[in-house]
Amino acid sequence: MNKKIMELDSIEVWDGNMAAAQALRQADVDVVAAYPITPSTPTVENYAGFHANGYVDGEFVMVESEHAAMSACVGAAAAGGRVATATSSQGFALMIEVLYQASGMRTPITLMQVNRALAAPLNVNGDHSDMYLGRDSGWINTCAFSPQEVYDLTLCSFKIGEHLDVRLPVIVNQDGFMCSHTAQNVMTLDDKTANDFVGEYKVVNSMLDFSKPVTFGVQTEENWHFEHKAKQHDALMNSAKVIDEIFAEFEKLTGRKYNRVESYKMDDAEVAIVALGTTYESAQLAADEMRKEGIKAGVVAPRVIRPFPLEEIASALQNVKAIACMDRSAPGGTVGMLYNEICGALFNTSARPVVSNIIYGLGGRDMTINELCNIYKELDKDAKSGKRNGALQRFVGVRGPALNYYNI
Amino acid sequence: MKLNRGCDMSTKSIKDMGWDELIIGASVYSFNGEIDYNPADVLPENRDYAETNSKTAYVGDWRVYKPVWNSDLCIDCQNCWIFCPDTSIISRDKKMVGVDYDHCKGCGICVEVCPTNPKSLLMFAEQIKNEDALTQWPEKTKGK
Repeated sequence: MNKKIMELDSIEVWDGNMAAAQALRQADVDVVAAYPITPSTPTVENYAGFHANGYVDGEFVMVESEHAAMSACVGAAAAGGRVATATSSQGFALMIEVLYQASGMRTPITLMQVNRALAAPLNVNGDHSDMYLGRDSGWINTCAFSPQEVYDLTLCSFKIGEHLDVRLPVIVNQDGFMCSHTAQNVMTLDDKTANDFVGEYKVVNSMLDFSKPVTFGVQTEENWHFEHKAKQHDALMNSAKVIDEIFAEFEKLTGRKYNRVESYKMDDAEVAIVALGTTYESAQLAADEMRKEGIKAGVVAPRVIRPFPLEEIASALQNVKAIACMDRSAPGGTVGMLYNEICGALFNTSARPVVSNIIYGLGGRDMTINELCNIYKELDKDAKSGKRNGALQRFVGVRGPALNYYNI
Repeated sequence: MKLNRGCDMSTKSIKDMGWDELIIGASVYSFNGEIDYNPADVLPENRDYAETNSKTAYVGDWRVYKPVWNSDLCIDCQNCWIFCPDTSIISRDKKMVGVDYDHCKGCGICVEVCPTNPKSLLMFAEQIKNEDALTQWPEKTKGK
């Protein structure tokens, strides 16, 4: 634990970036190497402030790029320390090569990712392009929808990634600006309680252990590469169990319950929106509106997108008649990720809902309650007629003629 | 807390291991077991290298030109031993022994740093035999 304690009120007013920085401070991270980029800059800035004011015993490394930031993180993690960084968008894109190194070398690193659109055109606002870019990089991917959840999931991320059955890096996603710059009440843990929950770092094959010299980052060709990638995949798949255990432990400590699939009013729902990020909360308000009009609306959000909770999400959507999978990322010539994942999850079950794919919110375009209500109304039509009434893929919230694709 | 999460190579070769038996992250150990001594105090031939140490890996076929050592001219200054990036200069008790051609990649740094005149290490094409190379050694360069 850091020598200097910061006294916190039991409820603080923090935005997502401050929540992230405070959780990093309480986790007693050995090395934070980061390069600031909007909208994750205040995570790094706040943390650097804590460091400068003596609240952080660990090292803060200023680097010349995000590629260097993640490289420094991999080095520090291989040396045997608890490590974290933060980035967004272009910075995340520059990290990509090293993200695969981090997961392949099985170095537990926490990455605070504040989601932002990818250029071009250049845009600093929130969408999920960067989240989707990293989804196959072998990292555990969690999604926080509010500053409270950023705080909670960040504390959990260290316990998950560093668990001896996991040893994988973890991304904690949050929406740029809508979460990162929106101040809300955050229930805090005192420094000791938070630090005790995260626990002592467990060193595995440390490069600084001179009694057992070890090499990281070796070359393996056709003789071993497949086995190592298989081992890595197995650890990622089995991390679901550890995530459940740590969420349960966190609930015991705080009363706040997290699930790998979150759902709202799904018990009797006939139509459902599946979405990530802050849209999950907006859709809850829209679902309440719809229920006043007699439409049984519900919301589902994967809290963890890797390892993908395929069984749990299939179970959550078994009894609905129509689903809108909402992807906040330009899908680049096909359906969006959530559409693919949800259809893939349902296909081997007996459920046969009508599923559509909504592309929305690119570059920070607002998704309003009104628009979400309209999506529910379309779903209600689909549910009643038992077939889709429009194209499979629709763009919502964009100016100009309607964009519709795929008509099977 | 310190833990070794990995395989036991003393009982099974890494070549026979399935994905479940390999060390996570494709990390490789240098030595069998834990070492409680300073490896620098023990000669390489006496160290208990693990199978995954590159000591037994042959990479000499990377080389196009090789350094040939002329023991008649060598003054045992150890420059080549210090500068070799692949610890391929074999020296014992500060006396030059020869070149480890299993690991030397032919970079030529040893030749660059050799201070004698003529040099005691010179690069020759890989296919030239060392005894033939020694017959082609240049004379001392005047005025240097």
